[in-house]
Amino acid sequence: MRIDCDIHPALPSLTALLPYLDAYWQDQVVSRGIDRQALDLTCYPPRAPLTARPDWRPAAGLPGASLDALREHVLDRYDIQIGILNLVHGLLAFHSDDLCAALCRAANDWLAAEWLDREPRLRASILVPMESPALAVAEIERRAADQRFVQVLLLVQGEAPWGRRQHWPIYATAEKHGLAVGIHAGSLFRHPPSSVGWHSYFAEDYVLQSQAFESALLSLLTEGVFQQHPGLKVVLIESGVTWLPGFLTRINKTWRGMRPEVPWMNEKPAETVRRHVRLTAQPLDAPADPAVLGAVLEQLGSDDMLLLATDYPHWQFDGDAVLPEGIPVRMAAGLFAANAMATYPRLAETLA
Amino acid sequence: MSIIDCDIHPSMASPAALYPWLPARWREHWGEYGTRLRQGLSSSLPYPRMTPAACRLDAAPPRGGPAGSDLDYMRSTHLDPLGIEMGVLQPLGALNHQRNLEFATALCSAANDWQREEWCAREPRLRASIVLPQDDPAACAREIARRAQDKAFLQISLSPRTEQPLGRKQHWPIFQAAVACDLPIGIHVIGYGYHAFTGGGWPSFYFEEYVSNVQAFQAVLTSLVMEGVFEAFPTLRVTLIEGGLAWVPALCWRLDRAWARMRSELPQVKRPPSEYIRQQVWFTTQPIEEPERPGDLVPLLELVGWDRVLFSTDYPHWDQDDPRYAFKVQLPPGRREQIMAGNARALYRL
Repeated sequence: MRIDCDIHPALPSLTALLPYLDAYWQDQVVSRGIDRQALDLTCYPPRAPLTARPDWRPAAGLPGASLDALREHVLDRYDIQIGILNLVHGLLAFHSDDLCAALCRAANDWLAAEWLDREPRLRASILVPMESPALAVAEIERRAADQRFVQVLLLVQGEAPWGRRQHWPIYATAEKHGLAVGIHAGSLFRHPPSSVGWHSYFAEDYVLQSQAFESALLSLLTEGVFQQHPGLKVVLIESGVTWLPGFLTRINKTWRGMRPEVPWMNEKPAETVRRHVRLTAQPLDAPADPAVLGAVLEQLGSDDMLLLATDYPHWQFDGDAVLPEGIPVRMAAGLFAANAMATYPRLAETLA
Repeated sequence: MSIIDCDIHPSMASPAALYPWLPARWREHWGEYGTRLRQGLSSSLPYPRMTPAACRLDAAPPRGGPAGSDLDYMRSTHLDPLGIEMGVLQPLGALNHQRNLEFATALCSAANDWQREEWCAREPRLRASIVLPQDDPAACAREIARRAQDKAFLQISLSPRTEQPLGRKQHWPIFQAAVACDLPIGIHVIGYGYHAFTGGGWPSFYFEEYVSNVQAFQAVLTSLVMEGVFEAFPTLRVTLIEGGLAWVPALCWRLDRAWARMRSELPQVKRPPSEYIRQQVWFTTQPIEEPERPGDLVPLLELVGWDRVLFSTDYPHWDQDDPRYAFKVQLPPGRREQIMAGNARALYRL
């Protein structure tokens, strides 16, 4: 079996959400012209090379907008039995929590009706207004009964680090319902993308996303999220992978010196990460030499952490090379499906 | 074995230490307005350290004053017993980040005189770093030109965190001046308040603030490469001090991938980013990486490049490395000597 843990459907325009909005929000969206605005995220310029693989870019419309194309390009071609949809869209970037919440509700209903109802191989992540824990919890509760939603989706860079206590109601609700929390690459740019300021180029912003994941992961660890939520799984999506071993080396050592500041961190952080954190395997940011990649992945110290992902339609690989050469055979076994089954308990329920 | 320590922190017993080189106008200003930084606390850090002033408790001089302020004590507890052949001074503190740029310029210039007179002139094993008011590149270029011929100064000191990323064009006069006098730039972890310490907001703990220096280094290196600084200044040499190096290979792989994908955005970057880094960037050891399997340090150093790594202690800070115990594995023959002194000799043209 193969489970693709990162597929990006495209919302053609906000007009598609109008049927899923109530009368008030329909009026707001239309009368203010929000439905006619381009809501592209700064972190994914739609025509940048990275954003769509050339042979996955349609002649017209947005890459990822067609279910038939998704079947042809991914589900059938790579023999995928389950694919998890992560809608990464500009509707997350509004400052009004109410507007964002309304659009998230509509987007989740649209995903259910337009994708999940039409293709039984698909599952999805719940979009939430990520800067409003109360509204995010309400949306998770509203959607939780639908077992086809297997995860709550956040972007890696919001207003405050993800471990901070104001976000904890999101984790409690996800844990209660057996939902993973997926943290996807991307920023609301409420802050410059790094602590050194606003970088000039898109390529820099993209490279820096790995550091964003380092910071987000460290925040979850130092604040004690995993001690508080022992059942929680966090999936780092489109984070890159090869940064992790070096990062674990750094934080293990730092923890030895700084434990008194964070006394609830009761074990070496690498152990906590191995138990609670998973990463999608595209991109890996692999070195050219497969032997080096193998050696670096061995330093993860776990075969359970990597999840198969195409990152469709983003251009991470060419042809059928879903995985780069060099992944140890032993790790590849779990990577295709077993690790995902263990990460997303809802998958087993819906398959049964 | 020869040891060159590429990161020693001298400290000032009090602001008065700088007074001999600070014009009266700025001494009065300091007294009246204090230091004005980009944070809520004017003269202490909002992330309290694990020890007072982040120093080893046993580094406090018995004659009084803060750790790192007493040359005799530095000699008897650090330079002599560890057999340090040469040490590179790296003054820290609220010098280069003052919001008042004229004050920053005066403070940095005074700190340079202070290093020269109070440390290097009294101890031939010590060399100084040219501290700069980095938010005023023209003033930086003037200060570099003023110090360039003085053999007491071995490198130019910058912070990774600036108002705008260091690679952007506004900072190029600094690189121009560095290349003109053929001094390497040492970027030491520090820099407060310009922007949140992560792109996702302010973290809570010193643990995170400490580790965020690693992300700041990755960001500043990304900026220098992608802005084309290394391409435009092929003789520029940059050392990243106290930010570790376990992150270097993975960042290089990611940079190379992004460069290959987005070349249309980056015409100023002619070669894969990893090539510039391999040729123009060095890394100090402290705090030395300690992988779970200690032997993994060897392939890591191999990937970074044996000739890129410089030993440093970070005296007198709490997380200091001792040259006798820092490396938890046996390094291949000759490599230890290379890291302890040979690479520094080559970089600093000693």
